[in-house]
Amino acid sequence: MNTNTQIIKAPKEDIFKSGKFRSFVVQSIVMILVISFIAWVVNNTATNMTANGIAHGFDFLWETSWFDIGYLPFIEHTNSHTYFNAFLVGLLNTVLVAVLGIFFATILGFLIGVGRLSDNWIISRFCGSYIEVLRNIPLLLQIFFWYHAVLRILPRAKSSINFSDSFFLNLKGLFIPKPIPETGFNAILFIGIISILCIIFLNIWAKRRQNITGKQFPIYSTSFTIFIIPVFIVSFLYNHPLSWEQPVLKGFNFKGGFRLIPELLALLLALSLYTASFIAENVRSGILAISKGQKEAAAAVGLKPGQVLRLIVIPQAMRVIIPPLTSQYLNLTKNSSLAVAIAYPDLVHVFAGTALMQTGQAVEILAITMSVYLSLSLTISLLMNWYNSAMALKDR
Amino acid sequence: MEIQATRKPPKVQTSIFIWLKDNLFSTWYNSIFTLFGLYILYLVLPPIFQWAILDAVWTGEDRLVCEWYDENKRKERAGACWLYIKVWLNFFTYGFYPDELQWRVNLTLLILVVSVALFFIPNFKKKHYVGIFLFVAYPIIAFFLLHGNEQLGLENVKTHKWGGAFLTVLLGLIGIIFALPLGIVLALGRRSKLPVVKALSIMFIEFWRGIPLITVLFFAAVMFPLFVPQGVEIDNLLRCIVGLTIFGGAYMAEVVRGGLQALPKGQYEAAQSIGLGYWRMMSLVIMPQALRIVIPGIVNTFIGLFKDTTLVSIISLMDLLLTVFTSMSNPDWMGFPFEGYIFAATGFFIFCFALSRYSLSVEKKLMVSHHK
Repeated sequence: MNTNTQIIKAPKEDIFKSGKFRSFVVQSIVMILVISFIAWVVNNTATNMTANGIAHGFDFLWETSWFDIGYLPFIEHTNSHTYFNAFLVGLLNTVLVAVLGIFFATILGFLIGVGRLSDNWIISRFCGSYIEVLRNIPLLLQIFFWYHAVLRILPRAKSSINFSDSFFLNLKGLFIPKPIPETGFNAILFIGIISILCIIFLNIWAKRRQNITGKQFPIYSTSFTIFIIPVFIVSFLYNHPLSWEQPVLKGFNFKGGFRLIPELLALLLALSLYTASFIAENVRSGILAISKGQKEAAAAVGLKPGQVLRLIVIPQAMRVIIPPLTSQYLNLTKNSSLAVAIAYPDLVHVFAGTALMQTGQAVEILAITMSVYLSLSLTISLLMNWYNSAMALKDR
Repeated sequence: MEIQATRKPPKVQTSIFIWLKDNLFSTWYNSIFTLFGLYILYLVLPPIFQWAILDAVWTGEDRLVCEWYDENKRKERAGACWLYIKVWLNFFTYGFYPDELQWRVNLTLLILVVSVALFFIPNFKKKHYVGIFLFVAYPIIAFFLLHGNEQLGLENVKTHKWGGAFLTVLLGLIGIIFALPLGIVLALGRRSKLPVVKALSIMFIEFWRGIPLITVLFFAAVMFPLFVPQGVEIDNLLRCIVGLTIFGGAYMAEVVRGGLQALPKGQYEAAQSIGLGYWRMMSLVIMPQALRIVIPGIVNTFIGLFKDTTLVSIISLMDLLLTVFTSMSNPDWMGFPFEGYIFAATGFFIFCFALSRYSLSVEKKLMVSHHK
């Protein structure tokens, strides 16, 4: 008899109602939808391109481009060079404006950010209004303002604004002296690199010694001496092998020196002033993020005010400041593409503008341009994630 | 035992001199900074005031009021020529939108202002109806009003005639109305447990966030026509709007994701424990809280998007910036770039500054309620 030993069976699992099945179905549907959408787009594009007689493939890169680029600080481009060369020129010009912009924006941003926290009412108010005004006006408007309004009222070459006979500012741009290395300059570079290597080793040794014995080493003054003295001696031996080529007014224009065209100046001014306002806010919040207790605790263990700043405040503030700072650098680089609006020959203007118009190969050219910016962004965000995990507070 | 006399609290010293000493001359270097700052202000402010207010021209007929030639045939210039703004104001506001139809633009804006104002009435209970109206019905009404419809007796106005501040505001609004839902969907996708959905969302978000807006707009202007079957024409403005929406949506997604991550896990578990499914959990419990946390972030993204709408002028849509730029190349009114750009900048500044103050106040309110 087994009437009283009935076991209640687990309810038979309905495969159609299980979570796994549902998620499989949903994902398959999404997959099918996306793939068919892409297929539809690709098919349409292919049909349209054949119908309009547009070539495809990347062969055009090696064809001769029939245009000149006016501003080439690094490599040459005339109408007999290839499209690939034009791409390189554009890329280098983008890099030039991005690097210079990041440099100036960082300096200005830190100054304004610290100034915003100043006890002095005027300084703090001035920095505050700078931040509010600059970041609430569109960047493109600012670029136009500098390029079409401010730089247009500069004097002609003959009556340039003159800074100590080496820097000249006029309608054609800013002319600055150009460094000319002479014989023996390589020796200085060589000595300089060796000194830097020595300094790095010295730093590692000093840090290790401090960890073991607790003795401090006067690292800053020693490093400075190690670098300056050999370089100075070699420079003296070779009779100072670096000279400067001054820009000189010849006829209606300046010859010699290095020329920063008005487009570059306007872009640089707008980008660095605009980005500085965002960096200033990051710096301010970074400094405010450090609690007063940190400074007091540091003072209580006997650190001097300079040491408190160097060893306690700045390292912790940097931890907060650096992640948003990198994203500002990234924004600045991406914003440098607004160059196209005032015809500064950057990547977008030269390649996605002129080259696209001439070849008509929109798909390839936009793909290349986008992937340049995309790889830059992804690289930086990967580095950022790595930095964040390295710098994050390690709880024990 | 001696009874200690109760001491009076120290007097609060609030004379102007104390304030000056505390805030401007507390140390010797602070005094130097103050004097230097005052000197700079003295150098900069009076000339600007002179140019913008005292010497400015406000009324007149044509540009000759603002500049003339003296006896040596040299061009003379008074201060700022605000007359120029006055003459072009209609163009700056509506672009080429026909004069007699501009009431339609104004009406569209009025409906918007009224329904947004309803949001701010404290004890108004039916706010969600207003929200649904704004996000669903309003875009349709606005489209019929602005674009026109022959059957309704409204004359058609082609989109290439739309322009000025009106177009800028329109692009910004469309950006927020479409980018926010897209951002919510993408953020949910990125937090999804389904690997395919998650991977697709991450790819989509990171792709659009990784490239500059101008390449997105080029992409929209050049590539969209290639993507659709032959014979289908997409309006230039619509292409731009799609580009802006996708771009804004990707940024919005990251903001919303921040809100989703900030919610404690208990909220999800509580919702599941009372038997809510995924969609009901999200729409009834999670999203209302997550979105409220990130209102400041949403507003800031909106400010960014609003400023970025100026980029459409590069692909020649007549937004506020391009109308100003166009007026400058008019031979009758050349030579007033400062006035034009200052006008446009002031417009953008007032709008963005007000919004950023609003976002700041919401942030403060949220911080208070979190600490309760």
